[in-house]
Amino acid sequence: MAWTRNVMRVNLTKGTITNEPLNMDWAMDYLGQRGLASKYLVEEIDPKCDALGSDNKLIMTTGPLTGTCASTGGRYSVVTKSPLTGAIACSNSGGFIGNEIKNAGWDMIIFEGISPSPVYLYVENDKAELLPADDLWGESAWETDELIHKKHQDPLIRIACVGRSAEAGCLYAGIINDLHRAAGRSGVGTVMASKNLKAVAVRGTKGVGNVKDPAAFLKATEQGKKVLAENAVTGQGLPTYGTQVLMNVINEIGAMPTRNMREVQFEGASKISGEAMHEPRPTDGRPNLTTNAACFGCTIACGRISTIDQGHFSIQNKPEYWGASGGAEYEAAWALGSDCGVDDLDAITYANFLCNEDGFDPISFGSTVAAAMELFEIGAITTKETGGMELKFGNPKALAWAAEVTAKGEGFGKDLGLGSKRLCEKYGHPDLSMTVKGQEFPAYDPRGIQGMGLTYATSNRGACHLRSYTVASEVLGIPEKTDPLVTDGKPELVKAFQDATAAVDSTGLCVFTTFAWTLEDIAPQVNAACEGDWTPEKMTEVGERIWNMEREFNLAAGLTAKDDTLPKRLLKEAAKTGPATGKVNGLDEMLPKYYQIRGWTPDGVPTAETRQRLGL
Amino acid sequence: MLKSLQIEPEKCTGCLQCEMACSYEATGFFNPAVSRIKIFTFHEEGRFVPYTCTQCSEAWCMHACPVEAIVLNETTGAKEVLEDVCVGCKVCTIACPFGTVNYNQQTKVVYKCDLCGGDPECAKACPTGAITYVDADHTGMERMRAHAAQNLPQDSSQI
Repeated sequence: MAWTRNVMRVNLTKGTITNEPLNMDWAMDYLGQRGLASKYLVEEIDPKCDALGSDNKLIMTTGPLTGTCASTGGRYSVVTKSPLTGAIACSNSGGFIGNEIKNAGWDMIIFEGISPSPVYLYVENDKAELLPADDLWGESAWETDELIHKKHQDPLIRIACVGRSAEAGCLYAGIINDLHRAAGRSGVGTVMASKNLKAVAVRGTKGVGNVKDPAAFLKATEQGKKVLAENAVTGQGLPTYGTQVLMNVINEIGAMPTRNMREVQFEGASKISGEAMHEPRPTDGRPNLTTNAACFGCTIACGRISTIDQGHFSIQNKPEYWGASGGAEYEAAWALGSDCGVDDLDAITYANFLCNEDGFDPISFGSTVAAAMELFEIGAITTKETGGMELKFGNPKALAWAAEVTAKGEGFGKDLGLGSKRLCEKYGHPDLSMTVKGQEFPAYDPRGIQGMGLTYATSNRGACHLRSYTVASEVLGIPEKTDPLVTDGKPELVKAFQDATAAVDSTGLCVFTTFAWTLEDIAPQVNAACEGDWTPEKMTEVGERIWNMEREFNLAAGLTAKDDTLPKRLLKEAAKTGPATGKVNGLDEMLPKYYQIRGWTPDGVPTAETRQRLGL
Repeated sequence: MLKSLQIEPEKCTGCLQCEMACSYEATGFFNPAVSRIKIFTFHEEGRFVPYTCTQCSEAWCMHACPVEAIVLNETTGAKEVLEDVCVGCKVCTIACPFGTVNYNQQTKVVYKCDLCGGDPECAKACPTGAITYVDADHTGMERMRAHAAQNLPQDSSQI
């Protein structure tokens, strides 16, 4: 029993906090974290509710392996209905807050209602209270973190909080924990701010224990760590270059979305790559990368800690940014870099610092700026809207300015906070928005990696690489190599990745382990820790159940098969360079087959037989 | 041969596997809050520093204890706390110049690193080699080797 079996329910409208036992019947069917919290959400809210209204709920959840010595066992997720997509949202974060919640004795914290005034939740093991946050409202996530630590005079508190972007209504605001880790996607921070909940501060000293079979657990987790250490990606590539190990690789295969996805290769990729982060700068002789860093319990340590050149235009005379902080991961480097045509690594790092400081998703933000840059270049947005800023592709000053105004929700930053879809609609060019279900694309062009087109189109939280990372197979050959330029076999591949990932996201472990681990490596760790019989087969079934449950929530929320599509650009405009030259994404060839193997009707609805098979 | 914990902060990633291993060995729970080795994060500098008891020869804690609850383990060199003798007076926590002896409110006695009886769990759990358990007389050996290597010619064909 690696669950604590305790759920905290916080009613923000009434200001009450109650405890209840974890529903163990559901835990047996949905495991924990993403699966189990989604089950709670689906059972408790109306899918049609206003995501920013009092009927939406927000759940912070750990997994059964969170807080244990399993490698990467420190993850937590935030589950809610997304204001960006109207679909179910589940944003996953590392850092240290997940372990702290678990150590304080909680599997899950459910927030409901809206507080009449700003508050934060303070948890010290069994003790939990809502405290006034009027003095924190209007502060950045970094300032909030510092102020709460000072107030409680306790440096060991772990904090998850929202910044000013969320307060200003930016639709892709995340929840920042431990200064530079984030439940970043789908606007979960926007929901938190809409509840007048500024922060969750936790101190846990109870310890995590009571694993089912301690000896088997220590053995299974040690074996798992050995596999990670010996794997080329998790043992060498990720610690050395972070996820940025991908920048040059993806560019070379012609799947690097560039300038709002007009192109598939970026001429400046090598200048903003993981390798470039190691190179001493000509200006100050120091590299951008200061060190790599691990989240709780992680033996991979892919995190980037960066320092910007003090003479760089972005931070001249701003000593508050002279120290080291969370640097650009691949997704951020892509969105802020190649998608905006910017090849200035320090400008990208500065924009990334601001995304952390005020809690907004660098993927959605960068992609929205890219759309705004294209709108500017065609004259749909002018210097009148931007207050004189030349919002052109490749302009690092425009990127830095865009991050500054979005962080605070000032001026044109309000428009950028709408996200790409609403921005492009507002300025009369909806086709220029590179989104699915309202959520911006991540860093893999589906013309160069065909399976990712189906991944994006069918993802339950809108465009996302973390729902089925077929890049692993199509580019890196994990677990086996498939041709990225063909559609054959991709529906099966996408389904397999979707189901397995949903299971991994429900354990408390990090999905990056799956560069080296399969469910064959993960199931023994879960099984040694948790009651029940957790085989790879059962975990796959749990993953499929979760996927279908999320799908049904989205259908009930009003989404349909028509939303399982891609922007016209990716279906009609062929790649102009690289190995994918002449290719568009073949979504039409994949989608009907995908519905069929999912056991869904041609309209994308799970059949009665599928529902019965999965116990839905 | 006596061994010592050797700490190389530049290799530490801040993952806290050492804290989990330490607390699990001592309490049966993964509980960094009671770990006897601690990782300190210096965010602005981008550094992580593991810190624990160095097992002083003339240990301040041992000399300060009024009830002789801190004793030398002759085999490992560790200064160990005898929990059933300790009265929780905390004088040792004041005496230690490094802060590595601490009081535990739950057990009502002090706790410190005891080298796990000669097989320290933190060193085994560290994935990067930032914490190792080496010959006590030669903790500087690897650093000496690294500096010695700097004098090698860049191109071996020049030898």
